[in-house]
Amino acid sequence: MPEKHYLNATYGIRSWLLTTDHKRIALLYLASVTLFFFIGGFFAMMIRLHLLTPNGYLLSADTYNRMFTMHGVAMIFFFLIPSIPAVMGNFLIPLMIGAKDLAFPKINLLSWYVYVVGGMFTLWSMVNGGLDTGWTFYTPLSTVYSNSAVAPAVVGVFITGFSSILTGLNFLVTIHTMRAPGMTWFRLPLFVWAHYATSIVMILGTPVVAITLGLAGMERLFGLGFFNPAMGGDPILFQHLFWFYSHPAVYIMILPAMGVISELIPTFARKKLFGYHFVAAASLAIAVIGFLVWTHHMFVTGQSTYAAVAFSFLTFLVAIPSAVKTFNWTATLFGGSISFDTPMLYAFGFLGLFLVGGLTGLFLGSLGTDINIHDTYFVVAHFHYIMVGGAVMGYLGGLHFWWPKITGRMYPEWLARIAAFILFIGFNFTFFPQFILGIMGMPRRYHVYPPEFQIYNVMSTAGASILAVGYLLPMVYLTWAAFYGKVAGENPWPATGLEWKTQSPPLTENFEVTPVVTWEAYDFHNRPDLGLDVPGGHGPRIVAPAHGDD
Amino acid sequence: MQSPLPIFPEQASNFAGNVDALFLFILMTTLFFAVLVTVLVIFAAFKFRRKSEKEVGDEVEGNLVLEIGWTLIPLVIALGIFAWGAVIYVNYRIAPRDTLDVYVIGKQWMWKLQQPNGRKEINELHVPVNRNIKLIMGSEDVIHDFYVPAFRVKMDVVPGRYNTMWFRPTKVGKYHFFCSQYCGTNHAVMGGWVTVMDPAEYAAWLSGESGDVNPVSAGEKLFTQLACVTCHLANGTGRAPSLNGVYGAKVLLADGSTVTADEAYIRESILQPKAKIVAGYQPVMPTFQGLVTEEQILNLTAYIKSLQSQPVPAKGAGIAPAAAGKK
Repeated sequence: MPEKHYLNATYGIRSWLLTTDHKRIALLYLASVTLFFFIGGFFAMMIRLHLLTPNGYLLSADTYNRMFTMHGVAMIFFFLIPSIPAVMGNFLIPLMIGAKDLAFPKINLLSWYVYVVGGMFTLWSMVNGGLDTGWTFYTPLSTVYSNSAVAPAVVGVFITGFSSILTGLNFLVTIHTMRAPGMTWFRLPLFVWAHYATSIVMILGTPVVAITLGLAGMERLFGLGFFNPAMGGDPILFQHLFWFYSHPAVYIMILPAMGVISELIPTFARKKLFGYHFVAAASLAIAVIGFLVWTHHMFVTGQSTYAAVAFSFLTFLVAIPSAVKTFNWTATLFGGSISFDTPMLYAFGFLGLFLVGGLTGLFLGSLGTDINIHDTYFVVAHFHYIMVGGAVMGYLGGLHFWWPKITGRMYPEWLARIAAFILFIGFNFTFFPQFILGIMGMPRRYHVYPPEFQIYNVMSTAGASILAVGYLLPMVYLTWAAFYGKVAGENPWPATGLEWKTQSPPLTENFEVTPVVTWEAYDFHNRPDLGLDVPGGHGPRIVAPAHGDD
Repeated sequence: MQSPLPIFPEQASNFAGNVDALFLFILMTTLFFAVLVTVLVIFAAFKFRRKSEKEVGDEVEGNLVLEIGWTLIPLVIALGIFAWGAVIYVNYRIAPRDTLDVYVIGKQWMWKLQQPNGRKEINELHVPVNRNIKLIMGSEDVIHDFYVPAFRVKMDVVPGRYNTMWFRPTKVGKYHFFCSQYCGTNHAVMGGWVTVMDPAEYAAWLSGESGDVNPVSAGEKLFTQLACVTCHLANGTGRAPSLNGVYGAKVLLADGSTVTADEAYIRESILQPKAKIVAGYQPVMPTFQGLVTEEQILNLTAYIKSLQSQPVPAKGAGIAPAAAGKK
């Protein structure tokens, strides 16, 4: 282990709570998002346990409705949206581009405090009346009829949105202005491109949900009438405003995970990412087109038929860049030298599960089939395949891949592979039966259900118990490994990113000397410093040694 | 008609066959690509597995032909699926003219339905087979949704507006319907049964129960009680346009635009009369917001619809002239 690094540079609680080091802030976020993951997971466990029988043996209707609502709110706003950007984006983006920190280190710390304050409001509402409106807060149920703690929850989500906006702002400015010499746009790792696209969505989209929730909060607290038809308001207006952000929000959740996969596959196939430029362009295309599809959540609200047709068309367009990325990741494998370390297992898992999740979106984007499966378990299965099968696999794969850089120590490889398998199997048993339930006609958000749906619910709950084990194992062994794992060294894999050309864990200032980049991304054929066997020798562009002594 | 796969509900409406066919097409297409990618990934994982610790992969940047190919082919397939789905949807959203209209109100946590002759049902809908049925739906409180899996139809019920949906049941039987938009505590128990009957049985069932006033007579009574009749004289000489023949016609408004007088227009005219002023009339109608329930509005609507068959006055109806020169 190196003698001096960012973890032992200073000691004491104040040095953590008042840090401006992006790496420490990333760990502060890691702790908070993990806490909310547990909270959201607890609610999920209650849901699945309750649904074992069709007649609601465990929870009352009102309690169940709080369980699924708070599961959604905790997982979406407090885990999925921040997870990869705030933990891995914060930790890695300066390292990946050769910078000492983000452009605005104090704003970075502020973003964490904003997240924490928002989280506290929401937690307060969860224990003081709970929330039972669905994470979607549809009006007038949420603003007029619900008897739960809507106002504090809405305030909490409103505040936390600013954490997203500040993070996105920080990333955009950093990527534009702080790249090391030689780190041109098209030499950037695709993880950085993915976060660039994500930041655009964060900055443009989040203010809309802030205002929307603000209006809903005012309606609830002061009896105003934006969305309440009894006062001349329009409940559908709320849906348009809400989904204008919440659809792009799903791209905030998946684009960073795709960025992780774009790092894992080239690293563990030891081969350049096939079609680098197309994958980068696809990230931007997803971000832009993602703003144009929101009404596909509203095909049965009775809105204009022509509008529905237009939004269905746009929805099919947004599917294409994701397909392009999937084909490029697959093509990268051909001619590679593939190893099956845990991060790569998560990448394979992502490929399979994101494939299913994305393809099932076609059934929902198509107007004719959506009428039937809208608001059924088909939708629930679809988005869990993407959010859990995609985003969470990306998150865990990234955590494993960069754990040696973050902590200086390796996790236990065989245990980690077993956990990855358990997770994959548990996940499919949990969510595949839900597609069947949706096709059979089981609506979502039901605390009781007709008995013919029971067999698939039992299967799903059984799968969830396996899935839970798959989640708990990494939490335990990653924590253990941070203190007792095998010392990793600078570049254990080896991988080609700049973050691997500095000690593990890094110094507070990341690099002793600002690196000068003369190589392309994932260019295994021009990196003699990695110590690999390149047939025919390395290419003409030799890597400048970082320490002057290689 | 039996469904193609055991997990599909029965096909019991005119839409079901087409919706299932599209679903199967999408399923075949997605299965093809899912299997293709999975096989390719597994194949590559085996064929190109690392053989020695320091081995690297080949030096490959990309391939423009492949990129164009795997962009355009999915695009064409996607647009094909889109087009088929859009055709089904447009057909679904535009009801035919000759429908048997049932009025539906959703409220926390039950459904109130009313047949054309006034017979009321709670959480049950009886309809004759092979007739086009139109549901005209409102909500008393929050957003609900009326969903019949066996018919493959679903439509939200939104407070403050009417939504309509139509279907033609093709098979006698009893089919589940569900509330399919989360609406609070008892959302999950807010369902019931659609009973599709032979026409003769339906007619017998319809006339079976006495005591329910048919909506047209109830509407006519209200029209007098609420004093609508004092302005809306049938012969068109009153302060307000005659309502004879107005349902379904194009009305000429004061600002020169025209609007089709459907159920939503009638409802708006009762609750927000100043929203659309008929050409040639003063904005003097008082609002009935808070003075009439949703059910009463439906009864008034049914009555106004029934005025179709009265002779249409040449003047004083507010109906837009069919040809230039006619006032």
